[in-house]
Amino acid sequence: MIEFAVETTPQGIAVVRPQGRLNMAAARRLKEVLDGLVGDGRNRIVVDMEETTFLDSSGLGALIAGLKSARQAGGDLRVARPTEAVRTVFSLTNLDRVLKPRDTVEDAFDD
Amino acid sequence: MGLRLWVIRIVVLVTAILGINYVVWRWLASVNWDAWWIAVPLVVAETYSLVDSLLFGLTMWRCRDRGEPPEPEPDLTVDVLIATYNEPIDLVMRTARAAAAIHYPHRTWVLDDGARPEMKAAAEAEGIGWITRSEDWSGKARHAKAGNLNNALLMTDGEFLLILDADQVPLPEILDRTLGYFRDPRMALVQTPQWFENVPADDPLGSQAPLFYGPIQQGKDGWNAAFFCGSNAVIRREALMQLGVSRYAGEVEAGVRRALRTARSVLRRARKDLTGDDQMVRAALDAIEFDLRRAQQELDAGEALMDVTYRFQQRVAAVRREMVAADLTALESDLAAIAELDDLAGDGVGLDLDALDKLSAREYSPLGAVETVQALIEAVDVDLGGEAQPIMPMATISVTEDMATCMRIHGLGWRTAYHDEVLAHGLAPEDLATMLTQRLRWAQGTMQVMLRENPLVQRRLTWPQRLMYFSTMWSYLSGFAAIVYLAAPIVYLTLGILPVQALSTEFFIRLVPFLVVNQLLFFIVADGRPTWRGQQYSLALFPTWIRSVTSAVGNVVFGRSLDFAVTPKTKQESDRRPWHLVRPQLWAIVALVLAAVIGVVRMSTGHANVPGTLFNIVWVGFDLAIFSVIIKAVRYRGFDPAAEQPPSIIRARRGAA
Repeated sequence: MIEFAVETTPQGIAVVRPQGRLNMAAARRLKEVLDGLVGDGRNRIVVDMEETTFLDSSGLGALIAGLKSARQAGGDLRVARPTEAVRTVFSLTNLDRVLKPRDTVEDAFDD
Repeated sequence: MGLRLWVIRIVVLVTAILGINYVVWRWLASVNWDAWWIAVPLVVAETYSLVDSLLFGLTMWRCRDRGEPPEPEPDLTVDVLIATYNEPIDLVMRTARAAAAIHYPHRTWVLDDGARPEMKAAAEAEGIGWITRSEDWSGKARHAKAGNLNNALLMTDGEFLLILDADQVPLPEILDRTLGYFRDPRMALVQTPQWFENVPADDPLGSQAPLFYGPIQQGKDGWNAAFFCGSNAVIRREALMQLGVSRYAGEVEAGVRRALRTARSVLRRARKDLTGDDQMVRAALDAIEFDLRRAQQELDAGEALMDVTYRFQQRVAAVRREMVAADLTALESDLAAIAELDDLAGDGVGLDLDALDKLSAREYSPLGAVETVQALIEAVDVDLGGEAQPIMPMATISVTEDMATCMRIHGLGWRTAYHDEVLAHGLAPEDLATMLTQRLRWAQGTMQVMLRENPLVQRRLTWPQRLMYFSTMWSYLSGFAAIVYLAAPIVYLTLGILPVQALSTEFFIRLVPFLVVNQLLFFIVADGRPTWRGQQYSLALFPTWIRSVTSAVGNVVFGRSLDFAVTPKTKQESDRRPWHLVRPQLWAIVALVLAAVIGVVRMSTGHANVPGTLFNIVWVGFDLAIFSVIIKAVRYRGFDPAAEQPPSIIRARRGAA
């Protein structure tokens, strides 16, 4: 079962780490985690994907839904440290045109 | 390759050669230009029929019988989804119980778009899941069945989805017989036939589609273009979600670019109205315009959209805070215009980008302009035009979501399969009114796809795939040809005007062999399946087909409503025979009979020649045979099981494919 570790940086940015396979079975839980953060007023979110071994289109769907919630609340969602497998899925669906993964968690909100 | 396919190919080739030979000769050497008003429509109608025949031949060229399906892999996760809106609870539960009893392990869900508490209670009492629209949909475009499925997609998580209409009762082996095809990792969808158990053997309403759910789908399958038909199909979730995500990416990009352009013209107008002493405001507008230009450049340079719009929004917010102090006066009237942005999502076909242009045409105060710019960008980058879900895998461009969705899945490079075995028993309409509504809806949906996403220009489809989709659309244009085929013999018999130069030997030598091989092709392809009913309805429902085209053009081009109606699944009680529904056809029958009488009188009084009259009377006879089905349909009183043989005979034959 996939785990979602959540922590908050000193700048008040929430970091979510999906550990394992982010597939259709896990997508809804990720969406709930993201919605929960936004509901708590933590609307600047980084999804750190270094330990995400697999990502499918349902996982992408959850990221997009989280992006929508965060932006509607005036914040943003950034994706950081994608593995090669994750990058491939981003480019396959052209989602990299919309959402560019960042190289580090620390710099994800630097611009 | 089997002998049967070789025979089919030879007959296809001969049909094509004879057909082209005939129609080319018709255009070049035999049109009676003096009577162009009937001669030209006739030769155009004949050309239409030739193209129809050529497309049919192309379909049959690679007719593919898949035979026994592969064994499914064990431990796949499957959700069985039963879509319902307002069908009676009993009818839905009959399907739901059968779905729960499917052998392969799965979960069963009733997708209740009516959000009926009694539906929920009935489903949950038997351990069947119940899903209705989430909060996200309130106040948003609902997109009918496509929206219902899109909603359920995000509430379930099986790897595969079996889609069923509320009146399609599945057999227990339906998943065992279809999941095996997904051993191919690129296989997205497996469609099985729609077959109806409440239809008498002579099928007065033409409910069964034995040619479509059989040779035609098998032919399309040969070109990797087997269609999704909305029910009785298994779909790979990943294919649908990939479609949803990649369409989201494409639509956001198109929307943001359009919004940036509109924003610049809004600003330009606001600046024109500035008086000379508004130095501070002018500087603010300059700053925003600079940012707009920069955003456009960043997009062109390949930066990610969300980064560009996020930065842009942050800067605009800063400028706006400065301006609020400077300009509070003219804000009120602009707020109304900004509110209009909420309506952009409009009437259900995604974001209406044209509506953005309307906003740029009105007058704004400087602050209003800035607010508008901000709202414009937000409307597209976050909300995607006010859709309930950013991801909409099932296409919403048409009232029949299945064909458009399938075409897009093919565009992504996935495969589909048609498995020719009846694995669900459906209920067909039992009265003419319901049947006509249903046919109209299918035809309208197909026309909407043709007008909105013409398959011929879809670059990601192979040419045969484009033609397979186009072929189905083309066949719905038959209503116009039918009118000409009715008018031509009537014109000759009553007025003596011949649309061809002469009914010469040459004419018959070219026409008759073509007609014969064309029917031979049907006969071979059908392989014992009845095809006459289908041929009758393709001409006899001409008012429905014509209305589908005009209403779809009205909808897509002029934004009018389709008068969309959900097909009722229960019989509409009425004792009166519904002659009023087929008035145009009845007039046609009267006109044909009168014309034949007049023709005979003219011939026997020496006013018309004998072969010409006889030929046209044969033609009238053919037209009457076609239209006789209308009388049969009106007189049909619904299905009487006692009068029928058990349907197992048909099932066994088709199952043994």
